[in-house]
Amino acid sequence: MSVDTDTVRRIAKLARLAISGEALEPMAKELNVILQWAEQLNEVDTSAVDPMTSAVQTKLKLRQDVVSDGHIQEAVLQNAPLAEHGFFVVPKIVE
Amino acid sequence: MSVQEIYDARHGEKGAYIAGATGDWELIIGMEVHAQISSKAKLFSGSPADYGGEPNEHVSLVDAAMPGMLPVINEFCVAQAVRTGLGLKAQINLRSVFDRKNYFYPDLPQGYQISQFTFPIVGRGEVRVDLPNGDVRIVRIERLHLEQDAGKSLHDQHPSMSYVDLNRSGVALMEIVSQPDIRTAEEATLYLEKLRTILRYLGTCDGNMQEGSMRADINVSVRKPGGPLGTRCEIKNVNSMRFIRQAIEYEARRQIEIIEEGGAVRQETRLYDQVKGETRSMRSKEESHDYRYFPDPDLLPLELTQNWVDEIASSLPELPDAKKTRFMSEYGLSAYDAGILVAERETAQFFEQVAKGRDAKIAANWVITNLYGALNEAGLSIENSPVTAASLGRLLDLLADQTLSSRLAKDVFEIMFATGGDPEAIVAERGLKQVTDTGAIDAAIDAVMAANPDKAAEVKAGKDKLLGWFVGQVMKSTGGKANPQMLNDALRQKFGL
Repeated sequence: MSVDTDTVRRIAKLARLAISGEALEPMAKELNVILQWAEQLNEVDTSAVDPMTSAVQTKLKLRQDVVSDGHIQEAVLQNAPLAEHGFFVVPKIVE
Repeated sequence: MSVQEIYDARHGEKGAYIAGATGDWELIIGMEVHAQISSKAKLFSGSPADYGGEPNEHVSLVDAAMPGMLPVINEFCVAQAVRTGLGLKAQINLRSVFDRKNYFYPDLPQGYQISQFTFPIVGRGEVRVDLPNGDVRIVRIERLHLEQDAGKSLHDQHPSMSYVDLNRSGVALMEIVSQPDIRTAEEATLYLEKLRTILRYLGTCDGNMQEGSMRADINVSVRKPGGPLGTRCEIKNVNSMRFIRQAIEYEARRQIEIIEEGGAVRQETRLYDQVKGETRSMRSKEESHDYRYFPDPDLLPLELTQNWVDEIASSLPELPDAKKTRFMSEYGLSAYDAGILVAERETAQFFEQVAKGRDAKIAANWVITNLYGALNEAGLSIENSPVTAASLGRLLDLLADQTLSSRLAKDVFEIMFATGGDPEAIVAERGLKQVTDTGAIDAAIDAVMAANPDKAAEVKAGKDKLLGWFVGQVMKSTGGKANPQMLNDALRQKFGL
């Protein structure tokens, strides 16, 4: 698997990363090196191995349906560049 | 799903076609319903999940996606999803996986929604939809998965900025995806109503469309009956039965027009504009359709045991389909009446209390016609009906033992509804007891005949149309309390008819 500059441009846009035109080619090369490295793993036959979902033998922890959080409006808004009347305020986004 | 599977699902139902310039068109509809799980806390945090609240008050650092915060799943929400799956007669997957659905939007602080893509918690099931003509339509369920709700943006509070409230962010949703088995706008609303009834019976979602507890995305395409499938468009977030019908009808006509004019329908996401009554393209969604799903590394697979699922299964209530069948066989009700009574669990329960030990058909009739009529007019639901099941039952007893004629019973019912009073007390206080004393009825008839000798003579001479006039006069003189059957019989006897 490899990526071309168009793919890199599209992925960057989807990830909201600003990459200038001249940076696309080197970025594609770098990504392809990483992809090739990862592809070496395909040489190992894993057809009889379950996918590993965690490095430790553990199960998903579940929580009781109890309200134990919230009501910290001030803390939630503390880092917001702009807040008013308890809302986050962002540049207008309308369909 | 293979195209062939849809081809054979059903076609050739002429009544459901839409006439176009080049002949009939068949609508193909599939629905994705987002149902908010009734829970106290959110899916992955301990914040309250209730509707409303001051802005950003029902938000924890997890819901606001502060760095380093980790999701911990709410066991009750998982149980609710399983319960719903069982209610939809669906396969429960003992192992399911949470994925990240990546997109950017200001009301999605994580930059991704935690959802289930490849391995949902619930697989295939079905919903039986009863059509008005008596037919049953099986709408197959493709899957049900758990996911987080997003926050809410408000665009009208500021001239150049949008406000964001994250109170809904992280609330547990079930996305219920149907197969494209729906063929008309009406069927789409009937399907949604049935789904809502099932969820409310199960207690897994309150079904409140106004508060957004149930929202539908509708996939619509058109084709020549039985022909190859057309390109579909997805209409987003339609939140009332009326708008669903309007949006589908508008969208079908739009697509037919495009095709008949030689154009091609473009696959896209569209928004229903409630004010203009039309759908329009959501261009912003075009690029973001690549969601780059991948398993959420913060969450291990969700593993359930069959025992746990069986325990939930054993706690399911009698569901609407089973209840309807039982009402028809046990009480001898028509499919139509049974369908109305089981639409809400509370109504079904009310009816059964009234019907217990009484004539069930009369009980059904009173609940559906008189009680529903009065409740609708007063804008009340059955839970706050001023007439209780017990008192309505006693009113029916007074009808059965002939204390009241059905006309008088209706009068007493109106008083009960207005005052919340007891039927026996109302009858006693207002002297509404029906006159069943033949002597009293005879006397009243004699008085009317004596006062109107001409008319009496006419009836005797064979003009029996005038008999109704006599009935009216005697009713008037007895204050409407004469037993109508006895009055009729007595009159006929007097006139020798």
